[in-house]
Amino acid sequence: MLMQTDTRADTRPDPAVMARPTPVLALDGITKTFPGVRALSNVTLKLYAGEVTALVGENGAGKSTVVKTLTGIYQPSAGRILLDGKEIRFASAQAAADAGITAIHQETVLFDELSVAENIFLGHAPRGRFGLIDWAQTHARAREILQGIGSDLAPTARLRDLGIASKHMVAIARALSIDARVVIMDEPTAALSHKEIHELYELVDTLKAQGKAILFISHKFDEIFRIADNYTVFRDGQFIGDGRIEDTDNDALVQMMVGREVAHVFPKRSPSHGDDVLSVTDYSHPTEFEDISFSLKQGEILGFYGLVGAGRSEVMQSLFGITRPSGGAIRIDGAAQQIRSPAEAIAAGIVYVPEDRGHQGAITALPIFQNVTLPSLGRTSRRGFLRLAEEFALARQYCERLELRAASLDTELGTLSGGNQQKVVIAKWLATQPRVIILDEPTKGIDIGSKAAVHDFMAELAAQGLAVIMVSSEIPEVLGMSDRIIVMREGRMAAELSGDEMTPETLVRHAAGITQALTETRT
Amino acid sequence: MSLSHPIPDRLQSPLARRLKSWESLLLLVAVAIFVANCFASPYFLDAWNLSDATFNFTEKAMIAFAMALLVIAGDIDLSVASIIALCSTAMGAAVQAGVGTPGLVAIGLGTGLAAGAFNGALVTRLALPSIVVTIGTMSLYRGIAYIVLGDQAYRGYPDSFAFFGQGYVFWVVSFEFVMFALLAVVFGVLLHKTNFGRSVFAIGNNATGALFSGIRVQRVRFILFLLTGLMSGIAAICLTSRLGSTRPSIAMGWELEIVTMVVLGGVSILGGAGSIPGVVIAAFVMGLVTFGLGLLNVPGIVMSIVIGALLIGVIALPRLWSMLRWGA
Repeated sequence: MLMQTDTRADTRPDPAVMARPTPVLALDGITKTFPGVRALSNVTLKLYAGEVTALVGENGAGKSTVVKTLTGIYQPSAGRILLDGKEIRFASAQAAADAGITAIHQETVLFDELSVAENIFLGHAPRGRFGLIDWAQTHARAREILQGIGSDLAPTARLRDLGIASKHMVAIARALSIDARVVIMDEPTAALSHKEIHELYELVDTLKAQGKAILFISHKFDEIFRIADNYTVFRDGQFIGDGRIEDTDNDALVQMMVGREVAHVFPKRSPSHGDDVLSVTDYSHPTEFEDISFSLKQGEILGFYGLVGAGRSEVMQSLFGITRPSGGAIRIDGAAQQIRSPAEAIAAGIVYVPEDRGHQGAITALPIFQNVTLPSLGRTSRRGFLRLAEEFALARQYCERLELRAASLDTELGTLSGGNQQKVVIAKWLATQPRVIILDEPTKGIDIGSKAAVHDFMAELAAQGLAVIMVSSEIPEVLGMSDRIIVMREGRMAAELSGDEMTPETLVRHAAGITQALTETRT
Repeated sequence: MSLSHPIPDRLQSPLARRLKSWESLLLLVAVAIFVANCFASPYFLDAWNLSDATFNFTEKAMIAFAMALLVIAGDIDLSVASIIALCSTAMGAAVQAGVGTPGLVAIGLGTGLAAGAFNGALVTRLALPSIVVTIGTMSLYRGIAYIVLGDQAYRGYPDSFAFFGQGYVFWVVSFEFVMFALLAVVFGVLLHKTNFGRSVFAIGNNATGALFSGIRVQRVRFILFLLTGLMSGIAAICLTSRLGSTRPSIAMGWELEIVTMVVLGGVSILGGAGSIPGVVIAAFVMGLVTFGLGLLNVPGIVMSIVIGALLIGVIALPRLWSMLRWGA
């Protein structure tokens, strides 16, 4: 169909939209309320066969509630769900699965002791005579599904023997093992490395070609524009707008998401730095990393880029005293330091904000103020006895500096949003008055607003003379924030980049070990 | 940008929080049992009778205080009753060798510490689960007592040694009760008012998070096993002194009564939550129930049924209450 070339039709009912087929699955005026909260308010969402629809919105926009409504976990309070234009109710998760709706979650529960095929067909394996599992057919169909998504895993392989990427493929195969018409992908690339993300994109193309309707939820704009056909934007549980992806751009989407004009500009920083604070030489570990050497100046932000599994977090956790290195030396302000435990690292002025906030970074069942003061108890107490007033004062000082939003300082940390929890973790470390702060994926899984706040704050810390190490897998973030970048590959330093060398191409090339042209991809 | 609303320290006053706590509920139960006992037996409200009643729980409660910290930190020690047997056997052997009272006390405490250190080393150095380690040492320590004593008993403790289990400090107030009260304060302060106590809660809620916050997790856990061993040693001195003899079956089955006391006191068996005041009240509840039933000539087996029912009942009460309020 030929359209006008230059002048966009201004009249609202676009003929192209009018002529679109019936959506496979549609939400029409869905409202979902919980006691005291309206999670979704009269939202609309349309998913078409053979097309990818990206659902975008900040944290708390209602994306996960939509997923749970579509998969039958939540029942809507009002509104209609339409399957092929006919109203349908999903009384249970099983009903949604029977209707051909499946979801690939970030953390699908898999079973290490079972085989690939058993994991894929758990609960709905093909049955033979006497109701026993028909193993021949189970394995054959598992192989078929795996081949359909471009994987050559053996159906009989035990899951515990597989790597993370292969396990992810099993999770996807499990989602596709029911005859799915609608595939929901909830931040599928959050835990994947560059190469695996590329494979996932190919998988999405395959699924599209098979005529499946795909709902794609992601925080990453580059991938939305890479693979989506349509977009739908939610904000605070409300439908804001939708349309074809080619009719919009980065700024327009961000503006719809946040409701105001926001250009994500990385904070401007002064390039002048102070003296060397941290120097690491020939730092090695028997299995995780080898010959890591670098130095870090006051006021400098040093980026660490690499693929998942390149050993970046392992180096950082070793500098923080979690794992013992097999060799090498650490100097702080020129003096050699022995760091055998986090307590010694903190005493030496090195602190670490881990990637895994819920498990390592914070103690979510304890109140906010106790989380903040935990490493600083030596300062807020007298002869080992707690002084609550001092604890509250210290916690208040740093929480307010980070503009924490919380009902009170003795609120349980776990009740806060991810972004606010991250602020408490950072407040905890600043309260120790460190020399070096290591941030491991500091903005992973937090919304754009909080992201910008974390970036601004990192710049401010550096300006105040703190030495900052930032581990990040997001190229714009690494490039936007770092003064220098170390790229790691397979446990070794692949490159140290500064100034004009810091481009997306050089990062990707060194991280993937491509020495020739960028177009040559390793398989 | 500055915050328009400063964050308040607390939304709820500490007093309001305390009134709604588990300890308040348990205190009501204790009062109810006390009143019921007054009606059930005319002999109950007698100063000497009540003083006797405290011997039912003082020795177990001393260990329960240390056990409470251990359970809050996410560990458990099931070998405590066997440590008593080991300590008592060591003291009995020392008596045969002519050791005096100060030496006996030192041997009792030292054996307790050594047994606790062995448990702690196995758990923290070899990274073994504490429940498995202490089930093993439960048999090991008790087994040593049986090998040494067989079907014999050690007697002949010096007269001055009798004070710990039979002496009175003032009127009806026994030495054991004073120890119990003193240790309750010491452990209450240790758990609720010191950095050490804070790290116990942190470890019990998330040991990895505590490690990443600079807490010396293994050292704290080791100290908790040491403390539990030490308290078992003190309990062994009191109990041996009270009985005046050592048999290998001494304090048999106490580990479960102690764990019951800890759990009844509101300590989460999963770790991370609990309080010493709760354990103190739970000690009184258990002591009052067993003593009241004893006055009524209820046989021991029925008593353990009652204690079991009490434990399940008190623990289910808040759950039942919320089900009635929200369910319907």
